[in-house]
Amino acid sequence: MEWNFWAVLSDFDLLLLGLVNTLKVTALALTFGVPLGLCLAVLRLSTLRPASAVAAFIIEFFRTTPPLVQLFWFFFALPILIDVRMTPFIASIVTFSIQSSAFFAEIFRGGIQSIDKGQWEGGKAMGMTYAQSMRRIILPQAVRRMIPAFMERAIELLKTTTLVSTVAYTDLMFQANDLAQKTFRPLEVYTVVALMYFVLIFVLSQLSIRVEHRLAKSGDSTLR
Amino acid sequence: MNDMLRIDNLHKRFGDLTVLAGIDMRVAAGETVVLLGSSGCGKSTLLRCINFMETPSAGRIYLHGRLVGEQRNGGMRYRERELCKLRTRIGMVFQHFNLFPHMTVLQNIMEGQVTVLKRGASEAANKAREQLARVGLSDKASEYPARLSGGQKQRVAIARALAMDPDIMLFDEVTSALDPELVGEVLKTMRQLTEEGMTMVVVTHELGFAYHVANRVLFLDQGVILEQGEPQQVLKQPATQRMREFLDGHSLFKLPD
Repeated sequence: MEWNFWAVLSDFDLLLLGLVNTLKVTALALTFGVPLGLCLAVLRLSTLRPASAVAAFIIEFFRTTPPLVQLFWFFFALPILIDVRMTPFIASIVTFSIQSSAFFAEIFRGGIQSIDKGQWEGGKAMGMTYAQSMRRIILPQAVRRMIPAFMERAIELLKTTTLVSTVAYTDLMFQANDLAQKTFRPLEVYTVVALMYFVLIFVLSQLSIRVEHRLAKSGDSTLR
Repeated sequence: MNDMLRIDNLHKRFGDLTVLAGIDMRVAAGETVVLLGSSGCGKSTLLRCINFMETPSAGRIYLHGRLVGEQRNGGMRYRERELCKLRTRIGMVFQHFNLFPHMTVLQNIMEGQVTVLKRGASEAANKAREQLARVGLSDKASEYPARLSGGQKQRVAIARALAMDPDIMLFDEVTSALDPELVGEVLKTMRQLTEEGMTMVVVTHELGFAYHVANRVLFLDQGVILEQGEPQQVLKQPATQRMREFLDGHSLFKLPD
């Protein structure tokens, strides 16, 4: 066996394009998934039984079904149900926005519930509405506590997006498959791609550890 | 009759448990009323019904002679919007302060003014500094609550409530979570408010405060007002056996002869 990286490196721009697309899907899924997760969490915590039940169902459903099945459903099944044109890109964004929102909802819920009841009372007693208390008092405190879990989930999402290659979206994994077939050099191609994912995610997780340490040092938990 | 607050036949039940069983109470403008009673007698619940932190099961509450809520087939109906507005006019101070830890002292006192009363930032900041001076903590404006002592936290909480320009202030066992040596500074602040003519309803175990500061003392037992009157009379010559037992239980506190 003889290693030859030349074929890979000469087409490295293809992999870079894939990397950009991977980041694009991840970023967009986060952009939609986080606010959607917050909405689901608020509904889930609502005292309105039906709202809470619907939110709970959505969250559980997307947490317990495989993301690949979800992706295929949105890409192949949804266009049959309703008349929409699903591109691989849109199907990927829709799937991973909703899928990650289910996880983010649980993170939000945990964060919100971890805040002392007295904080709600403090806001309420000065005439704040539920929404005002949530926005001004509860969330700013809850979000700080949620950051480590958030980062972990974002990294998880980045890895899961490799699935979008199965519906022919040109992410890093798709480009790697393409290149491997074209160059007959799967060993080198997948090695390089693995390294690219490793570097990317290693940097992100180091960053997340850094943030976590800083939060611990600033004594978030002892603020009260 | 110049009643700031009037409560008619107030009931509060939690499931099967009746906590308040028909409370009638009036508080005149500028009056300080102290609620006494052993734990579980309903005094905190009564206080929390006044600003609708708890919704009464039955009965009527009037502020400035105006009925809160609307009557509907024999019962009362309350709209959240009306209650929010009502709460801006009723200040409340809690046992555990409930300051916002992610905001500085000044921001804590500005928060309600800006978010709820929609005051401008500079107006709110001025008002906040004013109230901070009133409780003697001007030098702590830019500190975070975590850096304050319990007594200081509670005075900030008082300033925060005062900044809303309330008609009436409610104090819910505000010294119970404090080290004994810090109780005095908070009681002093409250006494000063009384002297300035603030209308106050105070739930406390500090009989000394009730004796020296209150205009009127109410003794609650099993969800009803068992005794009430001037503190000198109620605390020195209790009319009921129950009240005498209660006072004996506080015998560690020496009242002046």
